Amino acid sequence: MSDIVDLKTKLGFDVFKPVGEPHIKIIRGMEKDPRLKPAIRACPAGLYSENEEGEVVLTIDGCLECGTCRLVCGTEVLDWNYPPGGTGVQYRFG
Amino acid sequence: MDKFDVIIVGAGLAGLGAAYTLAGSGLDVLVLERGDYPGAKNVTGGRLYVNPVRDLFPGLFERAPLERFITHEGISLMAKGRSVTFRYSGNELRAEPHQSFSILRSKFDRWLAERVEEQGVAVLPKVRVEGLIKDKGAIRGVMAGGDDLRADVVIACDGALSLLSEKAGLRSPASPQSFALGVKEVITLDPGVINERFHLEGNEGAAYLYAGDVTQGKFGGGFLYTNKESLSLGVVIGIKDAMDPKLPVEVPVLLEAFKGRPEISPLIRGGNTTEYSAHIIPEGGFKSLANLCGNGILAAGDAAGLALNIGFTVRGMEYALASGYFAARAILNAKEVGNFSSETLGVYRKLLEESFVLQDLKNFQESLAVFGNPRLFAHYPEMIGNLLSEIYTIPAGPKERLYPTLRKHLTLGELWNIFVDLRDVMKI
Repeated sequence: MSDIVDLKTKLGFDVFKPVGEPHIKIIRGMEKDPRLKPAIRACPAGLYSENEEGEVVLTIDGCLECGTCRLVCGTEVLDWNYPPGGTGVQYRFG
Repeated sequence: MDKFDVIIVGAGLAGLGAAYTLAGSGLDVLVLERGDYPGAKNVTGGRLYVNPVRDLFPGLFERAPLERFITHEGISLMAKGRSVTFRYSGNELRAEPHQSFSILRSKFDRWLAERVEEQGVAVLPKVRVEGLIKDKGAIRGVMAGGDDLRADVVIACDGALSLLSEKAGLRSPASPQSFALGVKEVITLDPGVINERFHLEGNEGAAYLYAGDVTQGKFGGGFLYTNKESLSLGVVIGIKDAMDPKLPVEVPVLLEAFKGRPEISPLIRGGNTTEYSAHIIPEGGFKSLANLCGNGILAAGDAAGLALNIGFTVRGMEYALASGYFAARAILNAKEVGNFSSETLGVYRKLLEESFVLQDLKNFQESLAVFGNPRLFAHYPEMIGNLLSEIYTIPAGPKERLYPTLRKHLTLGELWNIFVDLRDVMKI
């Protein structure tokens, strides 16, 4: 993600309750699957990136639970769920 | 284990609209919400049109914690380095009852849930529904937190992604082309400053939309709504465009660039961003509607795909409230008949078809195809911007006559294109 957006700062304005076990996981063995690549661009929280080995990495902290990655990657490469009740992002304005 | 008459999954506008309608009917109704409180997971761009739903919920909106009533409309065609803006205001927008309001969902939904609870309906937050109880081809309840909760009928109001509709077989897994992505910042600002900057009196509000360069010429745009003590500022773009490597920058960068535009930055100056949110928006319209019901299950609101983007208005919340209402009516009817098969519940679709909900979606079903025309968002804002730039420029030497200036921009080819595009617009 380009430098002009400090997404970390922006996500810092939001209220998050600890999720525990990540609610979205890249299915093991799928890290290099091209179907994961669109999430790097599309995730509005910038949580997907590619490492030096060409694997897509997901950092779940700051997830806004919008569902974009499930739409653009699909459930063959992502084990996708909402976080347990009462956890994750809690919008105060919405 | 207790059995309920109705379990509603999701305390958004569809779910709460259904619960509010069922309250007082004598039915045992349970609303389950995965957020910390109703509204905790819900996002809107920011505006609710009350007229279509006022009579379905008598007296409700008069006391609701809505933000400002919209009296000032604006739409801007954003070109690179210039923009053309149309503003509208009228006495009918100032007259009561007001037709539309800016809204913050965490506040509104929480309040509505309290009104629902007041009438004896249980709203249980912090509960994630994990699945459906299926038996002999019918839905008989939900699984949540390791418990089986049984009911005659379930209403899936679990939002745009609706995992429940998918599990119930009401629709196939959602695909990118039927959805847009919205990102938004809530920027707090002193109410007096808001009134001055947007030329508002008292609790009047402004709603501005921005098309063109905001989304780098893609279908979508920017929006700005005034709330009581804040601004809702954001960008909406189709998911297919958001994931396309041909889009030069990512969506959060579009939002930052939008904030940096000279048309926007003086409006938000001195404000503090207090929340950043993102949500998907169903955009497929009538053509990608889910099956609205099955045996023992109905889907309402975003979960059913009931939303409409027709460029100058983006609507979903009224459809959510109304579909919740009609789902409740269908259930009351099914209760009387004594069965909850998809045939009996099918009256829901009929009620929606007779109402503004499916009539709007049908009437505007071509809008996505029409607005998908790349000229609308990429070419025209630039063309009109360049034309006006030249009209307003006084050069060092003599100024060109008006007619040749117009003809330079509005060539025969251009006029033909405009004619063709307008003919498309006649479809909606």
